[in-house]
Amino acid sequence: MALNDKSRNEAVLKAITANRLRDGEVIFLAPGPDLGWVERLDDAALFEDATTAETVLAAAKAKAEGEQFAVDVYAFDLRVTDGQRVPVKTRERIRALGPTVRIDLGKQAAA
Amino acid sequence: MNHIAPGRNAGVYSYDDIDRRFVAERVEQFRAQVERRLSGELTEEEFKPLRLMNGLYLQLHAYMLRIAVPYGVLTSRQLRKLAEIGRKYDKGYGHFTTRQNLQFNWIKLEDTPAILHELAEVDMHALQTSGNCVRNVTTDQFVGAARDEVVDGRVYAEILRQWTTLHPEFTFLPRKFKIAIMGSDADRAAIRIHDVGVFAKRNERGEVGFTFYVGGGLGRSPFVGKLVRDWVPEEDFVAYLEAILRVYNQYGRRDNIYKARIKILVHELGQEKFTQEVEEEFARLRGPKYRLAPEIVDEIRRRFGGPAFETLTDEPESFQAAKAANPDFARWVAVNVLAHKVPGYAAATISLKPAGGIPGDATSEQMELVADLADAHSFGELRVSHAQNLVLAHVRQDELFTLWTALEANGLGTPNAGLIGDIIACPGLDYCALANARSIPLAQAISARFADPARQQAIGELGIKISGCINACGHHHVGAIGILGVDKKGEEFYQITVGGDPTLTTAIGDILGPAVTADETVDAIEAIVEVYLSNRHDGERFIDTLKRVGHGPFKERVYAAH
Repeated sequence: MALNDKSRNEAVLKAITANRLRDGEVIFLAPGPDLGWVERLDDAALFEDATTAETVLAAAKAKAEGEQFAVDVYAFDLRVTDGQRVPVKTRERIRALGPTVRIDLGKQAAA
Repeated sequence: MNHIAPGRNAGVYSYDDIDRRFVAERVEQFRAQVERRLSGELTEEEFKPLRLMNGLYLQLHAYMLRIAVPYGVLTSRQLRKLAEIGRKYDKGYGHFTTRQNLQFNWIKLEDTPAILHELAEVDMHALQTSGNCVRNVTTDQFVGAARDEVVDGRVYAEILRQWTTLHPEFTFLPRKFKIAIMGSDADRAAIRIHDVGVFAKRNERGEVGFTFYVGGGLGRSPFVGKLVRDWVPEEDFVAYLEAILRVYNQYGRRDNIYKARIKILVHELGQEKFTQEVEEEFARLRGPKYRLAPEIVDEIRRRFGGPAFETLTDEPESFQAAKAANPDFARWVAVNVLAHKVPGYAAATISLKPAGGIPGDATSEQMELVADLADAHSFGELRVSHAQNLVLAHVRQDELFTLWTALEANGLGTPNAGLIGDIIACPGLDYCALANARSIPLAQAISARFADPARQQAIGELGIKISGCINACGHHHVGAIGILGVDKKGEEFYQITVGGDPTLTTAIGDILGPAVTADETVDAIEAIVEVYLSNRHDGERFIDTLKRVGHGPFKERVYAAH
């Protein structure tokens, strides 16, 4: 995953994210029917159409909140270019990587 | 009742058993709340206000814990504990804030009760560092030390801390409430940008009284605090604040978060009507119950203890010789050291703004070093400034060279207090869930551009303040040069303001022109400085040159290429 979004012409996809309740870790909804969660955007489920994303978001939110697993569950936009998943907004790029001023910290540190 | 020995953490308020029991009970209460949240007994909606009342936010990467440093004063022991918590529960560093507090950015909810328990062991907590209550009362970082001090604001800040903590009437205000108090002729606490700004002074008989400014604040709608009363006698200090808060609690808007701060109430009612309401309430409640008796003030003052200063003289020979032999030390003294009220002593600012560094960040190792230096040179006591630096307030002048040598060897000797490299910056989009743009990289780029200490000193007093969103945690409105990060269709842009002033002559800066990119912003700052230097008269500060020549020359140069 890259910080810079240079893929303006690529299709906009959606992914679903949240923070894990017990430790606040940024997590992403995993592919598959179980509505599980992963820690890396590269492993997250991607949705091509907004309607599907909304439907899955509602189910994931209900399950995650019901199980006290995640908070602040929402969907965000991203593009895939040259095989890299790049969130459209800087905010989501920073959440997916870590602070740009401390590249030794966050998910980018373990990349 | 505890009695502290002079010299050991002197000048820091000493908890008694009641204080300790209270904080310990709150830790256990929050531990139970966390357990109930993790078990599902509490929903997030129910839990969120409880965690916020204990200083725990959910930010971009993790939970953020904001720890109260009452009026910015703490002991070496407390700083060591913060260093330990940073290493044990966070990622080895913390961030000192514009409200004189400390924030940890990588906290786990499940660890929070243990952290609060450890904080309580050193008489610290995170109570009321968030939520719609009275927040940490801030003051001058040189309180109790500055040569120009008239009244020791710590005593009254501590009285306010005790009065406001869990005050049943003011725990659910329309919005958060920030009080700053200043007891010197110079305003180093930016009191008129607070909900209530208190200016402590003495009358011709030497009695203590207070001037109250109300309705200041930055954010979406910046206002300068209005004078509500010029003289409130010491015995009415609490009563008058109670009256202000009652009027706010009764009339403040709860229907619109953007109009809920007291500044909007003062603005909408008008200064005269608001003052009338406060005075009527004050007349109703004034009496024995709210009277601040001199015995109480004396007892609080006593609980601060006091450094056992020696009888010394200013400018001892060894100090003069060290300055003469070492120009870098002499520069640090000229820029970072303030005259002390006791001859032979000085107050030293430890800059947390190295060129290219992150404003306000300190590693656990740096905190431990400063704690050791506080023990060695400043009676085991230190301060956090609202400019995000640390201060050793009571250093013998003949020990300043030793202190500086240790600081310099550990990257803490930057001579830029109050200069262009001493940038105030909020965490911005690198950490904060509310931010629209990053603040820190811009601060780093600007401080790197102006890294040369001689150039900074030649430019003189010039405060740059950066906020990553309109909430203005970086105080950009009152920066001589202010920078506000904005989001334009997903891209970060920065709006530049000039002419802001955080002192008693408070002024909100004016927007210079259209927002520019981060790279353009650094060049724009350079251009503004060049215009200033080419126009200034001898000894003239940036804001004074700006007032004299107007915005025109600055605007013309900054936007010349556009």
